[in-house]
Amino acid sequence: MWSWDRFNEAFPHVLQGLTMTVWVTLLTFLFALIFGFVWLFLRRIPLRPLNWTVTWIMEFIRSTPPIIQLFFMYLAWPVLPYIGVTLSPITCAVIGLGIHFSTYIGEIYRSGIESVGKGQWEAATALNFSLIDKWRRIILPQAIPPTIPMLGNYFIILFKEVPIAATISVQGILYMANTFGARNWAYIEALTIVGIILLALSYPSAVLIRKLEVKMNTRFDKNAVIKKIEKGVRPS
Amino acid sequence: MNPITEIAPQLLRGLQTTLTVLLASALFSYLMAFIGGLCRLSKNFLLRKFTGLYIEIFRGTSLIVQLFWLYYAIPILFDIDLASNWVIGVIAIGLNYGAYLSEVVRSSILSVAPGQSEAATALNMSSFQRMRFVIFPQAVRMMLPEFGNYTIQMLKGTALISLIGLRDIFYYGDIMRSTNLAHAPLIYAVVLIFYFILALPLIFFTRKAEEIAKKGVAS
Repeated sequence: MWSWDRFNEAFPHVLQGLTMTVWVTLLTFLFALIFGFVWLFLRRIPLRPLNWTVTWIMEFIRSTPPIIQLFFMYLAWPVLPYIGVTLSPITCAVIGLGIHFSTYIGEIYRSGIESVGKGQWEAATALNFSLIDKWRRIILPQAIPPTIPMLGNYFIILFKEVPIAATISVQGILYMANTFGARNWAYIEALTIVGIILLALSYPSAVLIRKLEVKMNTRFDKNAVIKKIEKGVRPS
Repeated sequence: MNPITEIAPQLLRGLQTTLTVLLASALFSYLMAFIGGLCRLSKNFLLRKFTGLYIEIFRGTSLIVQLFWLYYAIPILFDIDLASNWVIGVIAIGLNYGAYLSEVVRSSILSVAPGQSEAATALNMSSFQRMRFVIFPQAVRMMLPEFGNYTIQMLKGTALISLIGLRDIFYYGDIMRSTNLAHAPLIYAVVLIFYFILALPLIFFTRKAEEIAKKGVAS
């Protein structure tokens, strides 16, 4: 049965894992942000067979369970010939989940770049911008802002996915809850705390991102910008 | 170790569990999605808030936590033994993705142009007819790609049920790995390929659905 005593006892114990969960989330997200560029560049190489291969590799990583990919990194990678090295659970989680999420991040980057109108590219060429200036002054300033809310959403999804790293003994909140549950036979209380922590952190972030999304949409909506210019206001 | 003659037959033993859990939880979540999505749009304040609570709780926490929680909580809190972890797996996956899909249903219905529902009213349709003949057929088309995407997510989610003792593909793969440590990379690779093959029809459906979604919708 439910017991508030065990709940109070479990709370500080589970909370010990929060730093680990947050750290792994941050590191994994950073890894995914960087690795996302690899997919982006690979797909921009104008070579049909390569493009096709990269697309399907991404599809493969994206549509197979991340938990098996983690197990692969943790248990199978060390016994691979030549390249096999034993990795710590945290490294496995960061690389395994990082690669999994980088396939989503790569798509976000691509959608950002594709959202820049064709006329912008042509105008940059017509105005004789160099390759670096074209990207730095025309394309990227328009491509990056709309991707920010999307990246934020994936950050929250990642945060909720990190608890599966408990299965390869990363000592985050879920791992702590399981050890407490096993020791005191108080799984429900401990797991409820995990749920509360996840909810308490992810829900406000989701609300924040929704607001950011609205703000970005009005700021970078072409019609809104044109209206501002017509009124004689310099677009911010 | 031969992947086709030795590993695949072992993994096939778990295929039934993975597929039945996927099918049952997919159907359950679609049901929850339509109930949840329509309740979110209801005029009843309590119903709207209660559904909102369900959606936020299940979207705000992760599937693995919900799975474990239900696994321990259902027998103790309700004092019933469902006698089957299969049911718990289906309930957890169904409720989790049902919450995500509720939002898809809700936003698709809202994104049908307001002129459509105004026109239906002008044609003297009842509110049921308006939903059934005008709004819903257009909204469903927009939902399809997201339903496809979330079904792929559900397939990925089914790999977690081995954690509550169900014997799915991943379970048999892991059993094989524990007796053939040196062959771990090959075994896991075959397991991943199994899941990918199962995902392929869903991937093609999603791509097809994206084409369908663009057709025949007034905006």
